[in-house]
Amino acid sequence: MARVVVDVMLKPEILDPQGQAVQRALPRLGFDGIVDVRQGKRFEIELDGPADDAALARAREIAEKLLANTVIEQFEVRFDGAVDSAAAATSTERTAG
Amino acid sequence: MSARIGVVTFPGSQDDQDALRAVALVGAEPVALWHREADLRQVDAVILPGGFSYGDYLRAGAIARFSPVMEAVIAGAREGLPVLGICNGFQVLCESHLLPGALIRNGGMLFINRDERLRVESTATAWTADYSVGQEILIPIKNGEGRFTADEHTLDELEAEGRVIARYLDNPNGSARDIAGIANAAGNVVGLMPHPEHAVEELTGPYPGPATDGLPFFTSILKQLVAA
Repeated sequence: MARVVVDVMLKPEILDPQGQAVQRALPRLGFDGIVDVRQGKRFEIELDGPADDAALARAREIAEKLLANTVIEQFEVRFDGAVDSAAAATSTERTAG
Repeated sequence: MSARIGVVTFPGSQDDQDALRAVALVGAEPVALWHREADLRQVDAVILPGGFSYGDYLRAGAIARFSPVMEAVIAGAREGLPVLGICNGFQVLCESHLLPGALIRNGGMLFINRDERLRVESTATAWTADYSVGQEILIPIKNGEGRFTADEHTLDELEAEGRVIARYLDNPNGSARDIAGIANAAGNVVGLMPHPEHAVEELTGPYPGPATDGLPFFTSILKQLVAA
């Protein structure tokens, strides 16, 4: 079984009011020097079959079609390090969108 | 025979009954459509109502976009079927790529519920013909993710092609270029964050008014359908 992690983040140029709210709260808690906070989503997908390029490609298709709205978000797919760290090191990809 | 205007109910839709009522008020025949049925029941136009379809899980409109009824709506819209998306319906239209851009979290993080002054910018759509360009109207908004955003190129294109249909006079949420609603290139698909179906009767519309500034959205489509 392949376990793929998909990280979805707002594109850098899209304002992230949630991240900003978190950032503003941190100094009140004594955490100084926080320059920026961006908030995103992490999906963990388990697929039948081996952790190969085909599995990553399927996860990428899922991310593109449903998990991310590529008008405002970008995503990364990678194998979960605990399952197959070697594949993750070579297969992490960032979308161009 | 009168024009048949369908209103889709998704799980989590809230304003489907108000939209059906607005349709009936102007003399069209309201037709309830169900998210799980791909059959549009021979309607002449479709309204996607406000609410929180599928609980807004993942992103507002993201799950609704893949419902069976939306497959039919998307196919129809591409062939000219008039479609109006209100609030959550606008979000569904953006997720469906029938309209460009996206609706994201309001600038101040607040859910905003108030009567909003708008300026009508285009009457060249199936849903706005009964207004006049520059007309100022009062329509309620109620959303947490109503901030319209798109890249600069898309915004320039929308403006150049006259596809911004309404702007906020007092931008409530940081929407790009004060945009409250847009249309597709053909003008049959319109998305609007404010709720015209909540401004169709003296009793329940904005107080102290004007209370019925939303009516022309519904009379516009009826006139077009009857004339066709």
